[in-house]
Amino acid sequence: MAQLNAKRQPAKIYFRIGERSYDYNMTRELTCIVCPMGCSLKVELTDGKVTAISGNTCKRGEEYAENECTNPQRTVTTTIMCEDGAPIAVKTDRPVPKEKIFEVMKLVNKKVASLPVSVGDVLLDDVFGSNIVATASRGE
Amino acid sequence: MDLVIIGGGPAGMSAAIAAYESGIRDMVILERDESLGGILQQCIHNGFGLHKFGEELTGPEYAWRYEKKVRELNIPVKLGTMVLDITEDKVITATNPEDGIFTIEAKAIILAMGCRERSKGALNIAGSRPAGIYSAGTAQKYVNMKGYMPGKNVVILGSGDIGLIMARRMTLEGAKVHAVCELMPYSGGLARNIEQCLNDFGIPLKLSHTVVEIHGKERVTGVTIAKVDENRKPILETKEYIPCDTLLLSVGLIPENELSKSAGISLSTITSGADVDQDRQTSIPGIFACGNVLHVHDLVDFVSEEAEIAGKSAALYIQNGKENTCSIALETDGKIRYTVPQRITENKDVKVYFRVADVFKNVKINVYSGENVVFSKRKQKVAPGEMESILLKKEMLEGAEKLTFKLEEA
Repeated sequence: MAQLNAKRQPAKIYFRIGERSYDYNMTRELTCIVCPMGCSLKVELTDGKVTAISGNTCKRGEEYAENECTNPQRTVTTTIMCEDGAPIAVKTDRPVPKEKIFEVMKLVNKKVASLPVSVGDVLLDDVFGSNIVATASRGE
Repeated sequence: MDLVIIGGGPAGMSAAIAAYESGIRDMVILERDESLGGILQQCIHNGFGLHKFGEELTGPEYAWRYEKKVRELNIPVKLGTMVLDITEDKVITATNPEDGIFTIEAKAIILAMGCRERSKGALNIAGSRPAGIYSAGTAQKYVNMKGYMPGKNVVILGSGDIGLIMARRMTLEGAKVHAVCELMPYSGGLARNIEQCLNDFGIPLKLSHTVVEIHGKERVTGVTIAKVDENRKPILETKEYIPCDTLLLSVGLIPENELSKSAGISLSTITSGADVDQDRQTSIPGIFACGNVLHVHDLVDFVSEEAEIAGKSAALYIQNGKENTCSIALETDGKIRYTVPQRITENKDVKVYFRVADVFKNVKINVYSGENVVFSKRKQKVAPGEMESILLKKEMLEGAEKLTFKLEEA
């Protein structure tokens, strides 16, 4: 790991999310969000590619570390307004690219869902590769 | 009636199902709200159920799995029903618009009333009393259940999980969260929530910081925050003014034990919940407690697990009575703040949950019976925000009168 650090080159922006931006060559320290254990992960990046992962205690942590450094994704949970003027809980049925979170929110907030709604109903489809599904029921 | 369960949240539902599966039929769940599910209904974020179901569910989805089961089993539920009083003899007084005020004599009671948020009154922050100050859970209810945004420019005091979740939720809905201030030098929330709720959105977490003044007359116009020293006293030179219209408080949860007190159940001064044995039986035989009314949990999965113990034990109590075969007090050294259960009255394998008082690294959890260490486990890191558990095997309990839980250097 120390050797990889020594090779560190001038920073090029790798990607930017919110106020954070990342270099091509660096050691990234992450907190795994796969489960409540929250393992501290170390990921070595060389020329923008993941070359070493440590600190994870399971296979899913390794996958998370790799994805987080190459194509970070998040499941978005929010609400959709229903025709009765109250919101209903929804989620993306698979993770969406992290930088699209606010675009997902924009699309969801334009929608008004008609009742009844049941758990699992698709209320909006094809949102950056995922469907927006209801996680609660109302008006059944 | 055989069994009355007070509260229809995750603890109440799980206890009811476990009791049903152990053969109890003459039972009812009394729930204050208009639907089952408790606080999970407003916890629309995901991360629930990894232990229990091996998948990530949102709060309402987790609740739905249990509600569906309760419906399938035809377990009677009274919604919109407020329990007013319980007595030592297990007489419950409750009220709802349909039945008026009514009483139920129960053979056993399971307390599953959950917890409440610590309020601003408990904090002694200087300033006037403008609108715009909410507990994080109240804000969560407004946003997720009612569709109202409590404000646009937000400061959050306290880094418990609800505060962190709300930092992200308010941000997603277009608010600017300027800072999350935490009095302690560490967060009380899960590490994953700091990552996905704050770091993902560039929200600063200010550890060892507190709000020293709230500004505004009609509405919050800003807050003054300051760093605190090691005695948690604000360092006035570090005062900083942040303009905002909303202050959210996520400063701890307290088990809601008004009913337990009226029944005369003995409560732990540390957990603010009942003192219980391994079956989650309180100081009154036949009254059991589980979930956040017993002690505040970080994960609902453990609430369900604990409630199953209470449900099964209540069924056994109703069917056969319950006899104690031993009497072992569980004590702690202070570094470990508390254990649940607090006592063991039956010689069998017992899973003991506990919480530590501070962040410690490279430690051993040692359990002493007299001079002897009967259990030892190494931990790289323990933190107050993360509940720990160990399994005490039956043979470790042999001949013990008292077991002392200590956190020692590894």
